[in-house]
Amino acid sequence: MSARSRELAGLVVAGLLAGIALASVTIARDAEISASAVTWAALFFALYVVAHVVVRRTVPYADGALLPLTAVLTAFGIAFVYRLDATDGGRQAVWVAVGVGALAATLIVLRHDYRVLESYRYLFGVAAVGLLLLPSVPGIGERVNGVRLWVSVGPLQFQPGELAKICLILFLAGYLREKRETLAQGRLKDVGPLVAIWGAAMLVIVVTDDLGSALLNFGIFLAMLYVATGRALFVAAGLALFVGGSAVLYNAIGHVQDRVTIWLHPWTDERVYCALNGKLEYRQDCASYQLVKSLYSIANGGFGGTGLGEGTFTSVDGTQLIPYLRTDFIFSAIAQELGLMGAAALLLVFMVFVVRGMRVALQARDGFSKLLAAGLTFGFALQAFIIVGGVLRVVPLTGITLPFVSYGGTSIVANFVLLALLLLVSNRANAPR
Amino acid sequence: MNGQIMRLTYVALALVGVLVVMTTYWQTWAAAGLAARQDNAIRRVAEFSIDRGLIFSFEPRRRLARNRERVVDGKTLFFRRYPYGSLAAHVIGYSTVGRSRTGLERSLNDYLTASNGNLSTVLDKALDELHGRPIQGNNVVTTLDLDAQEVAQEQLGTNCGAVVALDPRTGKVLVMAASPSFDANLVEEHYGRISRITANCTPAAPLLNRASAGLFIPGSTFKVITVSAALESKKFGPGSTFYDPGYCTVYGKQVHNFADQSGPEVFGTINLVTGLVHSVNSVFCNIGLKLGAKRILDTAKRFGFYERPPLETPAEERLPSGLYRDGNLYYPRVDSNVDAGRMAFGQERMLVTPLQMAMVAGALGFGGKLMEPRVVDRIVGPGGKVVDEQAPHLIRQAVSARTAHEVAAMMRLVVREGTGTAAQISGYSVGGKTGTAETGVSESNTTWFIAFAGKDAESPPEVAIAVVLQNQSGVGGTTAAPIARTVMQAILQGTENP
Repeated sequence: MSARSRELAGLVVAGLLAGIALASVTIARDAEISASAVTWAALFFALYVVAHVVVRRTVPYADGALLPLTAVLTAFGIAFVYRLDATDGGRQAVWVAVGVGALAATLIVLRHDYRVLESYRYLFGVAAVGLLLLPSVPGIGERVNGVRLWVSVGPLQFQPGELAKICLILFLAGYLREKRETLAQGRLKDVGPLVAIWGAAMLVIVVTDDLGSALLNFGIFLAMLYVATGRALFVAAGLALFVGGSAVLYNAIGHVQDRVTIWLHPWTDERVYCALNGKLEYRQDCASYQLVKSLYSIANGGFGGTGLGEGTFTSVDGTQLIPYLRTDFIFSAIAQELGLMGAAALLLVFMVFVVRGMRVALQARDGFSKLLAAGLTFGFALQAFIIVGGVLRVVPLTGITLPFVSYGGTSIVANFVLLALLLLVSNRANAPR
Repeated sequence: MNGQIMRLTYVALALVGVLVVMTTYWQTWAAAGLAARQDNAIRRVAEFSIDRGLIFSFEPRRRLARNRERVVDGKTLFFRRYPYGSLAAHVIGYSTVGRSRTGLERSLNDYLTASNGNLSTVLDKALDELHGRPIQGNNVVTTLDLDAQEVAQEQLGTNCGAVVALDPRTGKVLVMAASPSFDANLVEEHYGRISRITANCTPAAPLLNRASAGLFIPGSTFKVITVSAALESKKFGPGSTFYDPGYCTVYGKQVHNFADQSGPEVFGTINLVTGLVHSVNSVFCNIGLKLGAKRILDTAKRFGFYERPPLETPAEERLPSGLYRDGNLYYPRVDSNVDAGRMAFGQERMLVTPLQMAMVAGALGFGGKLMEPRVVDRIVGPGGKVVDEQAPHLIRQAVSARTAHEVAAMMRLVVREGTGTAAQISGYSVGGKTGTAETGVSESNTTWFIAFAGKDAESPPEVAIAVVLQNQSGVGGTTAAPIARTVMQAILQGTENP
């Protein structure tokens, strides 16, 4: 069975899963199977068949598991966003379609040799920094939930951070491929760029207050540096610098301090000052409200979950109990309705995706390709870790999307581009010489 | 580079692996703890889709809490109604969306929502879930005597205070009334009306269960403990004589006898029995000085002081009795830390709950046996099968049977010819003790009556009671004792004609 046939078979399974999920949501919502659920599932499947055909034409030797895994993740996403808000569910489906378009476009444009990207590495580097700082530009930047993440031009809104991640990985893959020998010697003068990037990561935190994005990008940098040089000492030094820098920022920036306090002590037995309303409140009713409610949601799922559409997210009068449920907290919604079994299944899909992505990196024949695939895959895993870990109180909670699952157009499209790059690398690695 | 990529793969997998482990932690290990948290609105709202168990009184068997179904967004939700409004509202508590839960609604939530681990409940619940019908909770049958409860609430009227009556032989709480009370049906949507309730005290605090969480100065009712300690010490007997000059000297200062006593201001030479019957402070002051504070407190501990009285209501709604200092329970390290003379007749920062005093009266009437109080008779599954039922449990022999009989005899004399004559019930043998505690403000005494009553002096009493009233101008014998009599009568006559 060829990789493409396996891919098609996987997509059939993903399409069936999407059908079942959407049908259960509509049953729970309207107490009947509406035809629209079946129609939506069919459209979903058709969309991925289109993606499959494009993949077959452009990158026939690419890994056959990545696309079906993506389909499963987006099925989770659409089903849950739809369950939480029907209108947004439709939009999410449209964004997945746009994402498949971005995938197709990337594959078609770069089908001959994606390695031309290497020569634009500095352009990508500048673009990454520019995109990261874009939300701080007055006039177009928007502060949401205390963090500058969004850019809005007219009616269009997007999160440049998602694209910055891919630009950064492209830059690092090119830059590190070029400099890896000199860096590996570990001379002090070569460490300059390392310090520069550390400074940039800190700058991003200062300007945007966005700890999550800084952590993600710096983590990707350290991982790729390690792959390029094989020197664990760099990683240790980098981590030490990051922790040290964050500690300084912790004392300097109230927002970072709040996040860490919430993380360490979400519940208080005494009423403490609440910045939201200026009164004395229990922290669980004030600053750590989001995190605590999310944990309650997860705990309410238990082993088997409440069932799709049967979870509790709103009070009796319809008020939302958990904020940002479709974006940052989608995992707490999934964990409540599908329980430990469903949440663990979702995480396993992420794990398999990581294994397949890293396999692409292992199979790749040149340094740029290896670094690119490893960087993209690790970035994917780290992003999932930061947001789900934040929701699970493993790390301080920061607003970042769960790849392919959270509601949000930029995130979906950016991750489809990530998938396209992985497929391109995989195709080249497996192509007969 | 492949070595590095392999290691990076392990790191990435470990990161996601941590997420799996932590999800497991929150959904299994930590789930019960999170579900029990008061601020867990998700769990609370989710539980409104459960056909919550009903709460009954013991006799007459009435539904004190029932459900009203309402369909919201296509889901059937079960909201609580309390047909008897403010009657026993503190014990039953409330279950609301907006203001969480109190009382048995809170402490028995697991049973009421069928989340308890009993095998039959787990099976019933699984069947309900499989059939797609609402989960049915377990029903709770309390030990409350609803008629007597109503009498007690009426008797308390607009006074601030509480009545606790229990069966000293089994510990079953028959009446637990606190005043002012509140209509539990108003909590969800008309909370403002509850906060505007006024009574003969400020703040009126209608939500406070004064019966088990109200701390009051015990006044002379504490003397029964001092007498018990005195008899247990063998340093005194019922015939021990004292000279009463009308005061007792503590730290060089004179502590005068109090209005609660009956008879002359100065008694001269009297024995211990007369001292208790007429509630002569100087007698107890002298006993206290002779025994020391710790010996008396140790006897009090035998009666349950310094620990939360066990009961099925939430721990937060029960307070331990004992010496308090700066709002905290305080046990003296050495005798000289406490003025034993004043403590012996129930002053000196001694604070008690009505529930505790009812336990004291019950144990003294029941040969020194302190039974564990309980307000839940049994928990019954939706099909009528008993899920949980506890046999009466002896906490401990608080004092020797001999001491208990001697103190009980003195208490009977209090009712026959002393300060507590207002509590006499024809055809029954009643023993009791009055108390009138000065709060430092004139005309605003805390008055008490604690008692037990049985067929005759030989048979174990059928009821023990504690009545407390705040801000009274009268004394315990004229304010609290009549209430105790009326409530005990309601209980005793109820058992005669079932």
